[in-house]
Amino acid sequence: MALGRTYSVALVGLNGYIVEVEADIGQTLPAFVILGLPDASLNEAKERIRSAAHNSGIPLSRRKITANLIPASLPKRGSGFDLAIAMATLRAADDIRATGRTVFIAELGLDGQLRPVRGMLPAVMSAVQAGYTDVVVAQANAAEAALVPGARVRGYKTLARLAFDFGADPQELALDFEPDDEPAGDDSEAVGVAAPDMCDVSGQGDARRALEVAAAGAHHLLLTGPPGAGKTMLAERLPGLLPDLGDTEAMEVTAIHSLCQLRSSSLQLVRRPPFENPHHTATSAAIIGGGSGLPRPGAASRAHRGILFLDEAPEYERRVLDALRQPLESGELVIHRSAGTAAYPARFQLVLAANPCPCGKASGKGVECTCTPTMRRRYLARMSGPLLDRVDIQLQVDRVSLADFGQSGGEEDTATVGGRVLAARARQLERLRPLGMETNSQVPGRVLRGDLRLVPATTRILDHSLERGVLTARGYDRVLRLAWTLADLGSRDQPDANDIGQALSLRQVASAAA
Amino acid sequence: MKAKDLLGRRGEELAAEYLESLGMLIVERNWRCPDGEIDIVALDGDALVIAEVKTRRSLAYGHPFEAVGSDKLARLHRLGSAWCRDHELRMPLRRVDVIAVLDDGVCVPTLEHLKGVG
Repeated sequence: MALGRTYSVALVGLNGYIVEVEADIGQTLPAFVILGLPDASLNEAKERIRSAAHNSGIPLSRRKITANLIPASLPKRGSGFDLAIAMATLRAADDIRATGRTVFIAELGLDGQLRPVRGMLPAVMSAVQAGYTDVVVAQANAAEAALVPGARVRGYKTLARLAFDFGADPQELALDFEPDDEPAGDDSEAVGVAAPDMCDVSGQGDARRALEVAAAGAHHLLLTGPPGAGKTMLAERLPGLLPDLGDTEAMEVTAIHSLCQLRSSSLQLVRRPPFENPHHTATSAAIIGGGSGLPRPGAASRAHRGILFLDEAPEYERRVLDALRQPLESGELVIHRSAGTAAYPARFQLVLAANPCPCGKASGKGVECTCTPTMRRRYLARMSGPLLDRVDIQLQVDRVSLADFGQSGGEEDTATVGGRVLAARARQLERLRPLGMETNSQVPGRVLRGDLRLVPATTRILDHSLERGVLTARGYDRVLRLAWTLADLGSRDQPDANDIGQALSLRQVASAAA
Repeated sequence: MKAKDLLGRRGEELAAEYLESLGMLIVERNWRCPDGEIDIVALDGDALVIAEVKTRRSLAYGHPFEAVGSDKLARLHRLGSAWCRDHELRMPLRRVDVIAVLDDGVCVPTLEHLKGVG
């Protein structure tokens, strides 16, 4: 037997492809060649595999080893192929028995230890979809791999143990080598920190209400106000109001996080909506995704099914802000780079926070503001019209008054508000599912003015505004969307005139700036 | 003579006996020129065999085959041409063989043979 065959998975973005690994031992001088578009880290696998096998007691053949990764045209990167190549080589030398359709995904240490790799969840998902259900991974990756329904996962700590289970001679194997467990990293930390609660916010009735509406209808949100008004504090409390992720959503989110984490330690599905808070100096590659070779997901994709919070939004580069228009529209980011094209999901709820002007003091009467009117106008205009067009709620937040600040306590907490949000989401789903939608923010104007048309008596104030030119047609639709959410929160079957009035008041900035 | 040279000597002796046992005819041993040395020149039927012998006491510093890199291989091919020129022979069939001998001085030495490398 001079040919060994095993399977592994190559990830392109979140999509995995089954890679067949052939190893051949030729009767010529010692060498190790890897074919099939390996990148630098994969080429280093030769030395890792040679040392790992030697230190596991089953040295590789002293002949020419040729490993071929099929399909050869697919670029392959990273250290996850180490184990599959090692097993194919051992099989070629007849050290172990054939491994059948088992998929191997792990990095090898020089001591023969199996090490975890990134992107385990999407890799195993692809393997199972392709009909390869037996998966061998590093022990530290086993819990994550086992999240995939239908996968039969086996975790090993060392190459020697694995080779033993595939019939290698126990006399030669270094079976007594037991590496220490990986220190359990991020998980304990996540449990320890309590999520920020709504009851910490004193006063700010309007803003609290806007937050609740944003959470209930998944509306994008813009908060403007002077420094210290509590914009960031409010935004951080939004994820707590959102309902838990469903099974499919949780799988999507966990898959992205698995790709981003260096030390993969996701032992369970991510059930809470993620919150991404990039700094305003971030480049478009950091927000959208990118990097050399195959693109990696950016903050927008990490915020998938959660919140993307852009604090000091006008300070971002305009290019970066406008790049968000594509995912806001399609819920997906397609990134092209030299080594291939990757598509990452990016269906996030956008929360923007902005000062009213560069000096930040132009709220209320704005007497302290040192900015010229031109500076003020330019500042907010950095957020382009097409971007703000998609932001349903645009709210001005003022500094909290002394009266409100003094009597803290008695504010509603996250659990109470979250309960109302959950109920409102259920009502939306019931109404919108037949139309193929889930939340009010997704409803197009066509439907708002068609199937969900309201009686003229209710919309009179809106129609009037439209006639007078105070409101644009697009603004009209946005008010309707908000009104529906307000009705859902109030457990009413349809928005009434009162809901429309409230919805209008949630768009203060738009009327002032746009 | 130093111990390591003695070991090499013994290895070449073993390799020569082995090649003869395969039915080859040993033409010349330790042929030298300014470019280097050929351990064994032999005839295998019509083919001229340039044989390089590597002898080691143990595998502690790697397998003997691992000591034959691409540079050395290229030199062996050059030496083959040089030998033919020197002897005014035309040998269209020519190949380089490498023979590894493991001899710890206690057990029976083991011998591995790679034909027609590089």
